Amino acid sequence: MNFDDTPQEAEFRATARAWIGANAPKQYEDELRKSSLGRTQLKNANILEVAKTWQKKKADAGWACLHWPKEYGGRGSSPIERVIWQQEEGAFGKLSHMFIIGHGMCGPTMMAFAREEHKRTYLPPLASGEKVWCQLFSEPAGGSDVAGLRTRAEKDGDDWVINGQKTWTSGAHYSDYGILLTRTDPDVPKHKGLTMFFLDMTSPGVEVRPIKQASGASDFNEVYFTDVRIPDHQRLGEVGDGWNVSLTTLMNERMSIGAGVSTGFPELFEYCASLMLDDGPAIEDRAVRSKLANWAVKASGLRYTSMRAISALSKGERPGPENSIGKLVAGSMIQDVATYALDLQAAAGFVSDPDDAELAGRFQAMLLRAPGTRVEGGTDEIMRNIIAERVLGLPGDIRVDKDMPFNKIPTKGRG
Amino acid sequence: MNFDFSDDQKQLRDQACKFLTEKCSPKAVRVVLDGKAPYDKELWMGLAEMGFLGVAIPEEFGGAGAGHLELCVIAEEMGRANAPVPFSSTVYLAAEALLIAGSDAQKKKWLPAIASGEAIGTLALFEGKGNPSPKNVKLTAANGVLNGVKKPVADGAIADFAVVAARTGSSGRDGDISLFLVDLKAGGVEVKSLTNLDPTRGQAEIIFKDCKAESLGAAGEGWSILTQVLDRAAVLCAFEQVGGSDRALEMGRDYALDRIAFGRQIGSFQAVKHMLADMYVSATLARSNSYYGAWALSTNASELPEAAAAARISATQAFQHCAKNNIQVHGGMGFTWEFDCHMYYRRANAMALGLGSLAYWEDQLIDRMRKKNAA
Repeated sequence: MNFDDTPQEAEFRATARAWIGANAPKQYEDELRKSSLGRTQLKNANILEVAKTWQKKKADAGWACLHWPKEYGGRGSSPIERVIWQQEEGAFGKLSHMFIIGHGMCGPTMMAFAREEHKRTYLPPLASGEKVWCQLFSEPAGGSDVAGLRTRAEKDGDDWVINGQKTWTSGAHYSDYGILLTRTDPDVPKHKGLTMFFLDMTSPGVEVRPIKQASGASDFNEVYFTDVRIPDHQRLGEVGDGWNVSLTTLMNERMSIGAGVSTGFPELFEYCASLMLDDGPAIEDRAVRSKLANWAVKASGLRYTSMRAISALSKGERPGPENSIGKLVAGSMIQDVATYALDLQAAAGFVSDPDDAELAGRFQAMLLRAPGTRVEGGTDEIMRNIIAERVLGLPGDIRVDKDMPFNKIPTKGRG
Repeated sequence: MNFDFSDDQKQLRDQACKFLTEKCSPKAVRVVLDGKAPYDKELWMGLAEMGFLGVAIPEEFGGAGAGHLELCVIAEEMGRANAPVPFSSTVYLAAEALLIAGSDAQKKKWLPAIASGEAIGTLALFEGKGNPSPKNVKLTAANGVLNGVKKPVADGAIADFAVVAARTGSSGRDGDISLFLVDLKAGGVEVKSLTNLDPTRGQAEIIFKDCKAESLGAAGEGWSILTQVLDRAAVLCAFEQVGGSDRALEMGRDYALDRIAFGRQIGSFQAVKHMLADMYVSATLARSNSYYGAWALSTNASELPEAAAAARISATQAFQHCAKNNIQVHGGMGFTWEFDCHMYYRRANAMALGLGSLAYWEDQLIDRMRKKNAA
């Protein structure tokens, strides 16, 4: 048992470190380091522009999307090299969160299902951040029940004509392309009538409306499709095989390891170390210490679980669904941590204005953003189902609509 | 990076698992649980023959000289099997104290006897209520003679020798405490068994009356040695707790697949699935924290004190959580003497107390994290 790099890993790390040291936008490092869930923005710069510039610089030097093949804009690196890169990139890696949907889900889906000429055309600018992609899956009627979607695609000559609505689409307002899951056959059970496409977001008939979130920010959108035409060659996978295609996307979504999930704990510990309560330093308070200790072992448990997964990668093994626990544990933890940090502030916790609030309002921002982390990419409940079914081997949920044609499935909860 | 056990160590774990599955069935554990024997002597001698008792004891003292990572994988299997033997008191506490502070003569006398199964050892630290703390040590030592009462002492009724924490000063500082080695069979002690939460691992009261003892380590160094012993034992116990958590989870999972209610396997109900998923999560976090503790222990890293506290808290909570909810999955059957669930429930809750309460380890963790941050 050791934490040492192999000689090749050490050499790769040294090369990556040297390049990052010479090229990263250091003027933003402090701000990025301090930003946490709920607040990754730059005071005097547009974060999307900064992120695109950094991504392009990485791509030009061969450091973008490391594990992708070279011909699609990557480096052909091993999974462990990708992890080493993320460790070395540190806070600058937060900039690539702007591209996480494209790099983490759309890219791998394109790689698995798009035509070769499309891969060569679309993937390099996606890797370099010049073009941003979004994922058009969720709908008002289908959140966790993704396959319950209603957006229609109908064949018309060599094109498909799309009508319907998507929602919770992260980044659609600055995306150039998207992958789109549609219903092509409502007469068969819901999982069997789906088909996947990719499309140009500037196509006529696409309308993006930002949604204002509970936090006040607008990271995601509603997207409306009115007679949008997509050529058949932009279909991903077979007609009716969209569910399998989307599983590739969703598996990739949940496989992101090593990047380190945000728990809010380092921020809370630092805060409590200097906070004075009415009857003395917070860190001397028995109740505070107990809370901190309980979160400390969750945070370290996640850190070392991720290291075990990295070790498996290093040996050429593929980590399995057990890595779902990162999001599950961190999601509710960050919410509880933020709630507790504000409780320690008592009435002052109301104030969220960064110029006025404790720690520039980081915990307030965290609190208001946190409910989203427990939902996005699979709710806590879906994550628990994944662990129960795929890790522990328990039976799948009973699905009463399983064999029912989609257009016979009841759609309202009452009458 | 290889943040995992080696293939050889995993093989040793499989070997221990196979051995314990055969020699330590729930039926065998019940012999001790039902009070028909104070511990499973046959199993104990078998463990000695397999080389498991002395796995981390150097060869020159009769052990296998393998190391602490090897001891960790064996500890995990001891926990999984709920073994009714004085393993933790002898191997984690007494042997480690000797390894840290024993003189050559003391090591030569006791360590080979531990490795061969001839000697059972323990640590006599507690005196009633209260967490490990110099101020809670009231038993006195003067001119190598001990007077006072220790309780509870793990496996005290069957132990051949004890490492005893005694007060040798009155300055109010850690330096008031010294450690002594007592041959419990040589007289000067009165031993009483105590009925306790987990009958598969006994607890006793030991009364020391003008009892002759020899120093273990330098005078006044007792508290510093004890802290190291407790840290090491915390990591090793964490592996037992991880093994126990895994077994409790497995029992719950198997029952959820077997038992039919309302026309379905109960494991198909989301409430049950989610309870089992949460058990898996806590067991996994505990395992990962324990691996870090194992790394720190085996390399004697400066991170050991913090890693040990984290492993202790995480594994204690996980075992309690898994053992408790295993009974819940089993429903009414889980609460019967006939089912094995309560054996793990007892062990989980007894283990939570043996090295100091959760509050104690929470305090240790925060103090150690602050120290690191200040450094």
